Amino acid sequence: MYKILKKECLADNIYLMDVKAPRVAENCYPGQFVIVKMDEKGERIPLTVCDYDREAGTVTIVFQSVGASTNEMAEYKEGDSFRDFVGPLGCRSELVNEDKEVLKKKKILFVAGGVGTAPVYPQVKWMKEQGYQVDCIIGARNKNLIILEEAMKQYAENVYVCTDDGSYGFKGNVNDQIKELINHQGKHYDLVIAIGPLIMMKFVCILTKELQIPTVVSMNPIMVDGTGMCGACRLTVGGKVKFACVDGPEFDGHLVDFDEAMKRQQMYKTEEGRAILKQKEGNTHHGGCGCQG
Amino acid sequence: MGDVLTRIPVREQEPKVRATNFEEVCLGYNKEEAMEEATRCIDCKNAQCIKGCPVSIDIPGFIREVKEGKIEQAYQVISKYSALPAVCGRVCPQETQCEAKCIRGIKGDAVSIGKLERFVADWAREHNVKPVKDVEDKGKKVAVIGSGPAGLTCAGDLAKMGYDVTIFEALHEAGGVLSYGIPEFRLPKTAVVAAEVENVLGLGVKLETNAVVGKSVTIDDLMDKEGFEAVFIGSGAGLPKFMGIPGENANGVFSANEYLTRNNLMKAFREDYATPIRGGKKVAVVGGGNVAMDAARTALRLGAEVHIVYRRGEAELPARVEEVHHAKEEGIIFHLLTNPKEILVDENGWVKGMICIEMELGEPDESGRRRPVEKAGSEFTLDLDTVIMSLGTSPNPLISSTTKGLEVNKWKCIVADEEKGATSRPGVFAGGDAVTGAATVILAMGAGKAAAKGIDEYLSNKEK
Repeated sequence: MYKILKKECLADNIYLMDVKAPRVAENCYPGQFVIVKMDEKGERIPLTVCDYDREAGTVTIVFQSVGASTNEMAEYKEGDSFRDFVGPLGCRSELVNEDKEVLKKKKILFVAGGVGTAPVYPQVKWMKEQGYQVDCIIGARNKNLIILEEAMKQYAENVYVCTDDGSYGFKGNVNDQIKELINHQGKHYDLVIAIGPLIMMKFVCILTKELQIPTVVSMNPIMVDGTGMCGACRLTVGGKVKFACVDGPEFDGHLVDFDEAMKRQQMYKTEEGRAILKQKEGNTHHGGCGCQG
Repeated sequence: MGDVLTRIPVREQEPKVRATNFEEVCLGYNKEEAMEEATRCIDCKNAQCIKGCPVSIDIPGFIREVKEGKIEQAYQVISKYSALPAVCGRVCPQETQCEAKCIRGIKGDAVSIGKLERFVADWAREHNVKPVKDVEDKGKKVAVIGSGPAGLTCAGDLAKMGYDVTIFEALHEAGGVLSYGIPEFRLPKTAVVAAEVENVLGLGVKLETNAVVGKSVTIDDLMDKEGFEAVFIGSGAGLPKFMGIPGENANGVFSANEYLTRNNLMKAFREDYATPIRGGKKVAVVGGGNVAMDAARTALRLGAEVHIVYRRGEAELPARVEEVHHAKEEGIIFHLLTNPKEILVDENGWVKGMICIEMELGEPDESGRRRPVEKAGSEFTLDLDTVIMSLGTSPNPLISSTTKGLEVNKWKCIVADEEKGATSRPGVFAGGDAVTGAATVILAMGAGKAAAKGIDEYLSNKEK
């Protein structure tokens, strides 16, 4: 069992938890993810690592309650335990393995969208700890969905907050903010690392391709085992099939087939929708797909 | 009955009934049936059946006990050789192993060794008879990676020799392919798999789930920091293969591994479990092995019309005859000598059909099997909403890429000697699918057994 030592509500339906998981804490690096299974009958839910404390043996996860399983997870309290918590899975961020001299010469812009701010945070923190200054954009639909701003400010040289509705910070989406920085504030970047909703990463990549800035994205597709066994997380990168769990989750954003990834993300939408209805209205919504009696 | 050339038939669920449930297909012998079948064994002095068994069970020895109704003794005979008799009695390809060598098989039916083994193991479980361990602890730690057939066998054998064994399992349940791969209707999870895992743990073996070796901990850490003096790698097969045809990433295309894992490990077929599965209404399974049959029969039970598409002929089907027979009985439609060309996708990205082409058998290829070649102009389209690719697997790089000095071959399988499982790195042994590529449960068990011997020799010599 993996005990929840701390729980915090960061924003509307977005929660942070510190979970005791010594093996994961000991071995994880920015860019990697974990899989959480709440109880015997639960799903295996992949979540990116937001932070880790090797000495305390804890791993910080951040999730948004958007479906039946994450709604249930949001009900867990400090002192409760998850039945299963496995990781770290996936590859470390390329930054971790990059040559220090190469890294020193690069000016990096992180672009964090919504709950995608969580996986950006450990990378920004890691960069600062290694002695590099980076900039970071945090974008969301509105003020209530901006998370980790203060935490990020401790480690990034500049944090730019933007909201679609202008309720906080710069008014506009992350692309508007990128253009503002480059076109009007004279900023120059050698690398963009964008993590957020697929649609955001897709459009950031279209823009950075025009601007000829190499861009890394972190993919969070449907997964089951997370160790390379099932192939559910496959996506097309540069015309080749890759498994996000063992080849990723980070990829060259200019090579990712986002349209395919977005379609694959919808695969269980109807099943998931049914599960939410079941949770709200009782067990009356199964069997609709004709797959069960 | 009484015809000595014919085996006692085993009771099964009716095909029409079982096609709608996940209960076990084969019901097994009762004691009377088992004792009668046992009388058909002529107790050969130079028993050929033992030579056909990858773990060399004393088959005439246990059958002798069954004949006399001494089932507990029969169990103790088997458990000297096998940690998983209830599993093997169900999923071993006996017809090509022990039973293929049975003298009875020359003129009539071979003795039904598999069904007898199953009966003995089930009886022992129902009567709470456990394998025995009567050695002193050696005080030496051995790590076993993976709790599938190879790992469980290796761990069980080492524990019986007195080693302090810990199994590291990446998933949240023990059993490996026995849990995620083989369906409930062939191998009940709680009654059979969990019980046999418990028996192994009962020998003093420890189990750590959610431990992905290569990620959560490395082999170097296990040996250098955690005090394990030897390691056995039984991490299994790995990444599913796809064909590389257009449309393969459409929604509704699954690897057999995914489809089976959702259903078996995650229990998607049960309403009270949270994991979803898209059962499909018209499903094609591409491939002809046991895994393909398992996926097809699972889809059928989830309510689909199911087609098997296989590029060679009936005689070349790699699946066990019994599985093909059961699949046909249940109403699976076979398209033999047929190969997919393209998966057709609708405007929302979902599967709507598959273009196939008929094949004919040409000259033998390097595997010795006749190579299928396309029949020009024979394309046709199957209307489908789901395609399951069951084409085998390629090795998982998690361990080989994080362990120094571990040699892999050109297929990226770990190189290990067959007799003792030794790898290129001292103290590290390997066996099962991680070494051979996808094979059978019993071959993996044989490799686990061989490695246990290898590890014992290695650690005994090290002491001197």
